[in-house]
Amino acid sequence: MDNKIKKVDLIFEKVDYLDILEKSFKRTQDEIILDVIDSGLRGRGGAGFPTGLKWKFAKNEEADQKYVICNADEGEPGTFKDREILTQSPEKVLAGMALCGMATGASKGYIYLRGEYNFLLPSLSATINKFHEDLKELNFDFTIEINSGSGAYVCGEETALMESMEGKRGEPRNKPPFPTSSGYLGKPTSINNVETLVFALMIAKEGPTKFKEMGTFDSRGSKVFSVSGDTPTAGIFELELGMSLENFVNEFGDGDTKAVQIGGAAGFCVSRKDFKDTVIGFEGIPTGGSMMLFNSTRSMFNILKDYLEFFEEESCGQCTPCRVGCQQLLKGIEAVKKGVKPPAYLDELQKLSETMKLASKCGLGQSAPNPFNSIINNFREEIIY
Amino acid sequence: MSKYKVSLKINNLPVSVDEGTTILEAARQLNFKIPTLCHHDDLCVAGNCRVCVVEQEGSRALPAACATPVSEGMEIRTNSMKVRQARKNIIELLLSEHNADCTKCFKSGYCELQEAANEYRTGDHVYLDVRSQNEVDISSPSIEKDDSKCIRCQRCVRTCTQLQSVSALAVTHKGKDMKISTFLDKPMNDVVCTNCGQCINRCPTASLVERNYIDQVFDAIYDPKKFVVVQTAPATRVAISEEFGLGPNRSTGKLVSALRRLGFDKVLDTDFTADLTIMEEGTELLTRLKEALVDGKDVALPMMTSCSPGWIKFQEHIFPDMLDNLSTCKSPQQMFGPLAKTYYAEKINKNPAEMVVVSIMPCTAKKYEADRPEMRGSGYKDVDFVLTTRELGRMIHQAGIEFDKLDDEKYDSILGESTGAAVIFGATGGVMEAALRTAYEIVTGREVPFANLNIKPVRGMEGIKEAAVKIKDVKPEWSFLEGVELKTAIAHGLTNAKKLMEKVRDGSANYHFIEVMACPSGCIGGGGQPIPTNMEIRKKRAAAIYEEDEKMAVRKSHENPEITAIYESFLHNPGGHRSHDLLHTHYSPKKRY
Ligand SMILES: Cc1cc2nc3c(=O)[nH]c(=O)nc-3n(C[C@H](O)[C@H](O)[C@H](O)COP(=O)(O)O)c2cc1C
Ligand code: SF4
Ligand code: SF4
Ligand code: SF4
Ligand code: SF4
Ligand code: FES
Repeated sequence: MDNKIKKVDLIFEKVDYLDILEKSFKRTQDEIILDVIDSGLRGRGGAGFPTGLKWKFAKNEEADQKYVICNADEGEPGTFKDREILTQSPEKVLAGMALCGMATGASKGYIYLRGEYNFLLPSLSATINKFHEDLKELNFDFTIEINSGSGAYVCGEETALMESMEGKRGEPRNKPPFPTSSGYLGKPTSINNVETLVFALMIAKEGPTKFKEMGTFDSRGSKVFSVSGDTPTAGIFELELGMSLENFVNEFGDGDTKAVQIGGAAGFCVSRKDFKDTVIGFEGIPTGGSMMLFNSTRSMFNILKDYLEFFEEESCGQCTPCRVGCQQLLKGIEAVKKGVKPPAYLDELQKLSETMKLASKCGLGQSAPNPFNSIINNFREEIIY
Repeated sequence: MSKYKVSLKINNLPVSVDEGTTILEAARQLNFKIPTLCHHDDLCVAGNCRVCVVEQEGSRALPAACATPVSEGMEIRTNSMKVRQARKNIIELLLSEHNADCTKCFKSGYCELQEAANEYRTGDHVYLDVRSQNEVDISSPSIEKDDSKCIRCQRCVRTCTQLQSVSALAVTHKGKDMKISTFLDKPMNDVVCTNCGQCINRCPTASLVERNYIDQVFDAIYDPKKFVVVQTAPATRVAISEEFGLGPNRSTGKLVSALRRLGFDKVLDTDFTADLTIMEEGTELLTRLKEALVDGKDVALPMMTSCSPGWIKFQEHIFPDMLDNLSTCKSPQQMFGPLAKTYYAEKINKNPAEMVVVSIMPCTAKKYEADRPEMRGSGYKDVDFVLTTRELGRMIHQAGIEFDKLDDEKYDSILGESTGAAVIFGATGGVMEAALRTAYEIVTGREVPFANLNIKPVRGMEGIKEAAVKIKDVKPEWSFLEGVELKTAIAHGLTNAKKLMEKVRDGSANYHFIEVMACPSGCIGGGGQPIPTNMEIRKKRAAAIYEEDEKMAVRKSHENPEITAIYESFLHNPGGHRSHDLLHTHYSPKKRY
């Protein structure tokens, strides 16, 4: 496999989005969906669920009302690509939502916009108004509203997001039922990340083949990365999926990279010895976009502590493994560091983190142990001494 | 919805259940017990404590049994290695943030967390102590709230919102600071809480319990200068047995013996004042109807019952514009208090200042009610202490009385005689039934036209019930009621009450008389009744109540000989001057939060 870094330009490419919609409008719902399925596109918000399948589920539901939601909560530490997409290509996001509406039979779309991105509101609203005018010409009944987020990380979780939109406390729901059968206001809802929607639009434009030819079997196409940390070239980059971490570090590192945190606070920390064998993608380590590089001046203890403090605060607090587990992991590494607990206590905490992964109610508690386990496994001595 | 059957295997045993059944329910059908904490049969699913996790073949994560519907071909293990480890860890986590001082805790022996811990735990604390400090909120005379005992299961929040539509309790903050709180974190006594105690009934731990007055009552009993009389509410006599593991049972006689053995000077009955309530409230209704139909006065109708202090406070907060619709009658407990300290004191020649009136109630709101400033008709605090059925259970245990071995005894006289009409006050629809038995007979001279006096349409657990009784061939003095169809409605649980009130307010429903009880199923499901509670238990309590009614010699309030006597010698007539001073009250609007 040739896994050199390959830059791609699909997301920010200027396109005639109305033309894409007009052509799609002439096709059947199944044809639109089949292309998305065929392309192999998987959700770009982190969980990587096949997008075409999600749309198909929503389409197959019988309901008087269905919804499309664009998840622009972008709360994962180290991720800032959705902001850039919404700034540079907002009309492509809107068109992606309309496409999803066509495919699933939804006439109403919402953008759940991260509270900190409220500065985008005026321009985004203007774009939406213009977009509504455009849609009238197409004779397609679809309207979009913006819902301003409430600032909690957990509200990016799709069901907590819907609770929040319904004016309730942002607490994740039990699944099943999944949003495609019972989502916003109990109606079938397709919720997609900002970037996912734009890729879907590009697939409608170009057909599935071009997308499918990029990347690997499990990770088709390209992905927008948010690169930060100890790097001379921090920023947003659209890259073909499936590269090795070594190639990535060669491109973006500062020559002294000792670890990369892939996927934000909820992601995994990979140490230098594993760069070569780590693939960035669903078959290796997936990411919603965040790539944080750390060089040898960084204390892995402090990094882990930061992440755990983040989870201790950002857990919604409803379920036991996550609410108390996050506190225990944080207090636990502090106790080991201070010598209050023996190093073997880390093993106890790793068993706890297994319980958190298996038994937490939502993705937050299930993934909070990721940085913990990967940092303990790779940098145990930095935690203890 | 048509029910499809779903086949699955639990611990290798096949079972076929209706579509939509949860794994927990399916496991129960096979008699596999899965521990639960946030689940409650009366409430919507939360799925937050996670102690009920099970292993599902083919799935990495462990689904919560209470929150996961079964699916075809599922293979579930309820007690695998993975499950045990997770469950143990989860219980350890709960304990690491829990102020576990079981030896001094009111809930010890009744606590679901303690039970789970006893089952799964054998050693020292595994995790660090992450408890946080808090002050116990004892602002309310009814409820004690101690966050250090809270496991955040949100059963209380679901109770207060779903069953009661009060929403006094809500979840605030997130992460480690997440907690159950009130509007702006105000003390419980300063918010919209009705003191109904339904949250207490469903709190698995001691985070919400009643304010208990056991020691004060024992002190009074042991004080030779005090003359301590006790009254027992209708619903306590079918539930106290549950405190001794005997299930819901008619145990009036044993209850009386136990109280006598505890050392109360006289054992009297709230059922007597329940009969009195019927006389007063029935007269009030007939008077209002006359004023409306004959005098053309603008009186507040429908009239609504006022025996449930949780309902009264709800109305004061939420429907302050409809306070005139409430009957001015005090609750039976608060009719008993002033009569004990006037009429009765005189009869037995006691100084009311030395009397202590104790009530045994299925209710926590009655603690608050007894503290209301209006409740001093006798010149003293009419009712000194209110104990729940649960507190009485504790007292009996503490005194070393073996409840199941007691012989049946009878209430003291006077203020101890009652009828079948009084005992059914304990179940939803009971006040209505008792009132109809009396009012119909007063107006027509005949018994209500229902077989064996059992007015079936007002019975049962439906949230809102309606019944209409056609009044025919009336006595001459009631001619204005000839041909009138008396329309009634009954609601139990404040969510149902609220629905009914909204209909009354917007005019979409027309009634003459409405019975409301704050608690689901009426007082038998009261906030002071034995824990646990669920529909099955409440139905058994209701069945026992109706059995008690059938077994009574007299089943109509107006035929209670003591009632006749008290009107002859003391009150003179229902709604009269003395009644007004002692037995009636007024209400005032309260804030909405
Ligand atoms: C704690 C948590 C936070 C999340 N935050 C986001 C987010 O900010 N943006 C996002 O697109 N997805 C987020 N997700 C994932 C969503 O739940 C959901 O999977 C996603 O919006 C689906 O869109 P996709 O299939 O296009 O990725 C989050 C998930 C969890 C568990
Ligand atoms: S895992 Fe954490 S964020 Fe998710 S429901 Fe549980 S407490 Fe809330
Ligand atoms: S609430 Fe339960 S576990 Fe906690 S101290 Fe009381 S009895 Fe013990
Ligand atoms: S006592 Fe009743 S009203 Fe008060 S908080 Fe509990 S459930 Fe709500
Ligand atoms: S107060 Fe009781 S019922 Fe409410 S969340 Fe805490 S433990 Fe659960
Ligand atoms: S009982 Fe199932 S999650 Fe609490």
